Amino acid sequence: MSHPAHIPVRVANVETVTPFVKTFTFEPRNGATLPRFSAGSHVVVTMPGDERPYRNPYSLMSSPFELDYYQVSVRREDEGRGGSLYMHERVSIGDELDISAPTNMFALHPLARRHLLIAGGIGITPFLAQLHELERMQADYQMHYAFRNQDNAAFHDYLQDHYSDHLHCYESDNGVTLNPARLLADQPLGTHLYVCGPKGLLEAVTDTARRLGWPESCIHYEEFAAPPVGKPFTVELAKSGRSLEVAGSATVLETLEQAGLEPNCLCRGGVCGECETVVLEGDIDHNDHFLSDEVKASNERMMICVSRARSERLVLDL
Amino acid sequence: MSAQLQINDPKIKPIETFRDDFTYSNSPEAIRRFPFPFHEDKYMYSVNIEPHNVGPAGSVFAPAFDIDEHYLSEIEERRRVLEEDPGRCAVLPHMMEAQWDTLELLMTSLARDYPQHFKLERNGDRWTWENRLLGIKDTFTFDDASTLPYEPFEYITRQVQGDFTLHGQRNNMLYMDGGMVTCQADWSLQFDLGMDFYEWHGPVPKAHEMGIFERALKYLLNLQVGQPVRRLNWTMTVHPRMDTSPENYHKWGIDRSQVTADNVGELAHLRVELQSLFRLPRSNAIIFSIRCYLISLNELVTVPKWARRFHRVHKSLPPELADYKGFSGYQPYVIDFLSQYDDGAPTSPGTQPD
Ligand code: FES
Repeated sequence: MSHPAHIPVRVANVETVTPFVKTFTFEPRNGATLPRFSAGSHVVVTMPGDERPYRNPYSLMSSPFELDYYQVSVRREDEGRGGSLYMHERVSIGDELDISAPTNMFALHPLARRHLLIAGGIGITPFLAQLHELERMQADYQMHYAFRNQDNAAFHDYLQDHYSDHLHCYESDNGVTLNPARLLADQPLGTHLYVCGPKGLLEAVTDTARRLGWPESCIHYEEFAAPPVGKPFTVELAKSGRSLEVAGSATVLETLEQAGLEPNCLCRGGVCGECETVVLEGDIDHNDHFLSDEVKASNERMMICVSRARSERLVLDL
Repeated sequence: MSAQLQINDPKIKPIETFRDDFTYSNSPEAIRRFPFPFHEDKYMYSVNIEPHNVGPAGSVFAPAFDIDEHYLSEIEERRRVLEEDPGRCAVLPHMMEAQWDTLELLMTSLARDYPQHFKLERNGDRWTWENRLLGIKDTFTFDDASTLPYEPFEYITRQVQGDFTLHGQRNNMLYMDGGMVTCQADWSLQFDLGMDFYEWHGPVPKAHEMGIFERALKYLLNLQVGQPVRRLNWTMTVHPRMDTSPENYHKWGIDRSQVTADNVGELAHLRVELQSLFRLPRSNAIIFSIRCYLISLNELVTVPKWARRFHRVHKSLPPELADYKGFSGYQPYVIDFLSQYDDGAPTSPGTQPD
């Protein structure tokens, strides 16, 4: 259960949306329909890299009512570990890939009185699926979309065409910025907040909400952590006595998988909690959004999909 | 490999009763496929969640939802319970999507696993469902509840054995947001509706051992579409009585005092629940199927291995557990009865009959 089932897909279309963003359309390879999914879900896309496969989570942006294809959008990260570059430079129409079954860590709250959606840049993608759902529910919602300039506003025109009554845009190069305090201050009780986008925006909005006394249960956000490139280190597995070298561009999870192990994992982005591992020795550089600050400070647990060692050696209870 | 080959072909019995004259009984075939839950000669508590949908050919674990010889009897019992108390089926209003998810999961699973009895034809949103066992053939529009005689969840769960509860997932928590509960072992849907995961597990002893519950909750929150899981639970029931709900305690509570050394083989039943959990794709809710199997001690001892083992399990059972499960009063009769069938010989590994 902690290894999502794989769905074989073919790339049916690749569209360049902006200089940084491409949209990929996947259709099922065996002529079947794809599983239904709930708005806000993501899939993990497996790409056959040269040294090891890349596995990155991407939000599904296509309509949840569409069973013939899924769509994801990928922003090119030149500084990253290579997954997004692989998607941009090496994936083309007709290619065959594997994706995981959809998993939802960012669902709409069915009892919300109002849905306040805030996206920054490429963080718009899960909302594209949710907007289909909100329209169908005839829900009260607002879509706030912040971006630097039109080159970074991948779906501006589409949103303008379909959701203009609900859409509020903030183009920072034009001096228009989103002011979280003002936006959050005059929302009716029972409003649920959803944020997806770069760290700065995410923290500014969620911190403001907490400061204004919003209950934690009304604050939803999603940010898949991209595992950072770092120093190489050694991981020792206490139970099996094995010792493995984690390369600077690899994660602990990938290193264990390359060695033939199957640690629990799901989202591979530090969100779901599935890969939580007990650390017996070593100093951890946490990069996940799952563990609490206290647990992180204790150095006793880590999420091996995104976090690394600060020390030269880590001993895991595996 | 065809999935159909793995699945039992149930010979459905005419209607038997789970009340009044209690005509329910198991055929020799039903006895052999009974999900006897004990792997060892002593009682061991474990949460033992495992993947569902894989199991020995013909076993209750092979299909997604097991249909067996008691189908008509259980469907009739459900109809009678609902007639007396329609509140045994309830779904909160925000769960309509999950209702359709349930209907789709049950219809596609039954049509795949039992094509001789169930058939589903999908023409876009126009679906035709045929249940040959009940003589039902309905055409309806998916997502339009007005085209069905009941709401979708009630419509389909009136046609499937076992209880079902629906759990919405929000705030990193599961909530009991609906159910069809007519054969439940001593708990109440109306009481638990809307409760969160910890609240509805409240009556379990040692609930203060939160670690187990926290892990179980985390596990369920990450349950994947298409990767259902299951576990077995067990208790004892007097008479083959399906409906041992708190609402009807006045009807069954006194059964326990009727057990004697003479009738224990006939009256005392091992009750096993096959509990399976499925993630629903559109609603992101979870459906919990609680499929109940009943076997009298007389039937159980026709399998010598089970008779020996069940005797040893009872003898090693902590008294507070027998209290909690509600059979400590007549347990001495059970142990005496089973002891006649336990010659001390070792038992083979696994739960299968020898
Ligand atoms: S796999 Fe989800 S947190 Fe690591």
